[in-house]
Amino acid sequence: MQQLTPKERMQIKRHHMIEQAPDVRNKNFKEVNLGYTAQMAQEEALRCLQCKNPTCIEGCPVNIQIKDFVIKIAEGNFSEAVRIIKMDNALPAICGRVCPQEEQCEQVCVVAKRGEPVAIGNLERFVADFERNSGQIQIPALAAPTGKKIAVVGSGPAGLSCANDLAQWGHQVTVFEALHELGGVLVYGIPEFRLPKEIVRQEIDGLKKMGVEFIPDTVIGRTITVDELFEEEGFDAVFLGVGAGLPWFLGIPGENLVGVYSANEFLTRVNLMKAYDFPNYDSPILDCKDKNIGVFGGGNTAMDAVRTAKRLGARHASIIYRRSEKELPARAEEVKHAKEEGVEFNILTNPLEFIGDEKQRLTKVKLMKMELGEPDASGRRRPVPIEGSEFLLDLDIAVIAIGNGSNPLIAQTTPEIEISKRGTIVVDSETMKTSKKGVFAGGDIVTGGATVILAMGAGRKAARAIHDYITTSQW
Amino acid sequence: MFKIVKAEFLAENIKRFEIEAPRIARKRKAGQFVIIRLDDHGERIPLTIADSNNDRGTITIIVQGIGKTTKALNAKEAGDTILDVVGPLGDPSHISNFGTAVSIGGGVGSAIAYPTAVALKQAGNFVITINGARSKDMIILEEEMKSVSDEAYITTDDGSYGFHGFVTQKLKELLDQGRKIDFVLAIGPIPMMSAVAEVTRPYGIKTMVSLNPVMVDGTGMCGGCRVVVGGESKFACVDGPEFDAHLVDFKNLADRNRTYSDVEKAALTAYEHHCRLDKAAESLKTENQ
Ligand SMILES: Cc1cc2nc3c(=O)[nH]c(=O)nc-3n(C[C@H](O)[C@H](O)[C@H](O)COP(=O)(O)OP(=O)(O)OC[C@H]3O[C@@H](n4cnc5c(N)ncnc54)[C@H](O)[C@@H]3O)c2cc1C
Ligand SMILES: Cc1cc2nc3c(=O)[nH]c(=O)nc-3n(C[C@H](O)[C@H](O)[C@H](O)COP(=O)(O)OP(=O)(O)OC[C@H]3O[C@@H](n4cnc5c(N)ncnc54)[C@H](O)[C@@H]3O)c2cc1C
Ligand code: SF4
Ligand code: SF4
Ligand code: FES
Repeated sequence: MQQLTPKERMQIKRHHMIEQAPDVRNKNFKEVNLGYTAQMAQEEALRCLQCKNPTCIEGCPVNIQIKDFVIKIAEGNFSEAVRIIKMDNALPAICGRVCPQEEQCEQVCVVAKRGEPVAIGNLERFVADFERNSGQIQIPALAAPTGKKIAVVGSGPAGLSCANDLAQWGHQVTVFEALHELGGVLVYGIPEFRLPKEIVRQEIDGLKKMGVEFIPDTVIGRTITVDELFEEEGFDAVFLGVGAGLPWFLGIPGENLVGVYSANEFLTRVNLMKAYDFPNYDSPILDCKDKNIGVFGGGNTAMDAVRTAKRLGARHASIIYRRSEKELPARAEEVKHAKEEGVEFNILTNPLEFIGDEKQRLTKVKLMKMELGEPDASGRRRPVPIEGSEFLLDLDIAVIAIGNGSNPLIAQTTPEIEISKRGTIVVDSETMKTSKKGVFAGGDIVTGGATVILAMGAGRKAARAIHDYITTSQW
Repeated sequence: MFKIVKAEFLAENIKRFEIEAPRIARKRKAGQFVIIRLDDHGERIPLTIADSNNDRGTITIIVQGIGKTTKALNAKEAGDTILDVVGPLGDPSHISNFGTAVSIGGGVGSAIAYPTAVALKQAGNFVITINGARSKDMIILEEEMKSVSDEAYITTDDGSYGFHGFVTQKLKELLDQGRKIDFVLAIGPIPMMSAVAEVTRPYGIKTMVSLNPVMVDGTGMCGGCRVVVGGESKFACVDGPEFDAHLVDFKNLADRNRTYSDVEKAALTAYEHHCRLDKAAESLKTENQ
């Protein structure tokens, strides 16, 4: 390995991934980021100072041994780098793409104090892709079968990571999924241009090779209840990773006009049902070509929806967000990409009412300008309306992306599982145990809408506790 | 993959299927539905579970061919398969012994009204059924409806069979005769359900309707199926599909259901065109043999 002084390392500029040009990519659904070359990755890895106190690791919710995998990249030993990552993260190709790195590992990277942090997420993505493209994905060694059966409910990141660990420890895992396709938000929410579905499919194929069984088209609470999973299907433990899939609406007049979508519906139609390829695929979506499309909200979901609208041919695709740009909760990269692609930003703007024609089709939205007032409980400055600032904006399609509550199906059919006032499942934060014996939960159903890496971390924590429970029978 | 074990037309364009789906068969209750997807490129559409057979592990659906998916489904025969069948979805009908209950089915709505009529009978109600259609050959489930009814009526718009007129006129007639009715369930086209609501409203009779908004997931995840009930948005796939008829905003439902009419019409025309081409190709092949 090259011997560089810290000063020399600091002088290397951060490597940015190759990207599709904005005016090309905003017309297709192919991935925006094209990744690093091996040479770029190795050079980027040389920027890491190999700190004695690697704060980056604490910044990662699952504590990946960042320092160790990065040096392996610098040495050109990519497969060893993947092995190190996979000790803590079963889905690196996914997290490398969608983690909000700038608030996690990279935010606390020592190099960030003097300039741009080491591109940890990009490096993680690079080695995961390297492994996948080599066609030699390492299937972890499996322990001898224990004869124990675990039901994992939901095939999102929480469920997948839980299944991964339990299968490695020799347990027989069955994943039940309500939809026809596996992957949760990774397939129905996050668009192809940010996370190719092929990557999710390959991760799931890996789990299948490890013996995990997947049963789609099965709604727990309806097709089979949680109690029946124990009594009739013979499972020893159940993990609930059912996500936060109940879209919130704004609660303003006109919200049921034709042309008002939840982000979940808009994105599901496009990603899962492939409505952009109608009538080759049977599910339709309202024609977006040359239309005015407004997306309400400022998170990742809003950015995904607005960039999707742009790709479907919208004339104006705009974000309408009531706080200031600084408060946008989306990943910084998504905001940057959206702007480059021609998305407009109406910040400090709040919707009051949707207005339609006689056929109840959306035509306009009434908006109001806001200004920032005193900080609220979250520490962010509270947006307050500016008197008399109401105005109308032409709008053909509105997409509401202000977050999700918890789906009540399981709670309704399994009353012993304690639910918080917000509808989330209450768990012991160490063991992810719910109030019902043998049932564990993690991911968005516990935290409310959060991140892929947190859901994964929760799935792994639960796997550990499930393993302890079924091997000792102690609750 | 879900196997079709039996398929037969009940009327022109209306077909009954028995499908192997043991887990759903065991669980389903009156008023619940499944979502199906025919193939890889298919749309997810909701269909009511009309009946089930636990021993055979099958569910029954009755389908009216109105668009591409339902027509493609109705072209299937016993032995064919459906890629995805999910269920049972929706909140089951809230059934109790109301006293005298009238179950009204219009068109394919009779298929949806039938399981609830069975449940009403089992709960001890005096069950009156009104089974309506445009004309005689469009009446379905006549025998089945009769077998669960204490009183059964048929209505046809053209008078070719039974009472000449709409189901609402028959209902009004019963009320005018001074019959005491405690509960009405009406399932059919939106204008019919809305008309039934207006007939019973002045009498204050508890009236339920089963709504048919456009759905995607059927689990509460997308909000596409929202309907306005009592001024509030409800998700028909989890809060319904049955709602209090007197509180439903039928106009909003009708308008929302037209969201995709134009493109769907085009898709249907293309599909039927393909079918005709395929058939023509078939007959050419046989001719050439
Ligand atoms: C559009 C969008 C973009 C996002 N972008 C990012 C991003 O860039 N970075 C990031 O870190 N996070 C992002 N997130 C958040 C992230 O995707 C979620 O936090 C994460 O997916 C939660 O994982 P989960 O496993 O808890 O649930 P989910 O991914 O929601 O999976 C739950 C699964 O359970 C299934 N299910 C639900 N109920 C049942 C039932 N009763 N029976 C059987 N199956 C059931 C659902 O169908 C679903 O497949 C985004 C979210 C959205 C919606
Ligand atoms: C809870 C419920 C139960 C139903 N039960 C039955 C039944 O037992 N038998 C039966 O024949 N029909 C039933 N329907 C209606 C059936 O789902 C629609 O006829 C079908 O989706 C039409 O699809 P298509 O592609 O053939 O027609 P399209 O050309 O796609 O649509 C024709 C019309 O059908 C409606 N529609 C379209 N897509 C959907 C969708 N995804 N969900 C709901 N409606 C849609 C719209 O009003 C549309 O204008 C039910 C609907 C609901 C919501
Ligand atoms: S998983 Fe996310 S937070 Fe952890 S190292 Fe990777 S990119 Fe950073
Ligand atoms: S904090 Fe940054 S420089 Fe230090 S070890 Fe971690 S990645 Fe390398
Ligand atoms: S169909 Fe999606 S919420 Fe009801």
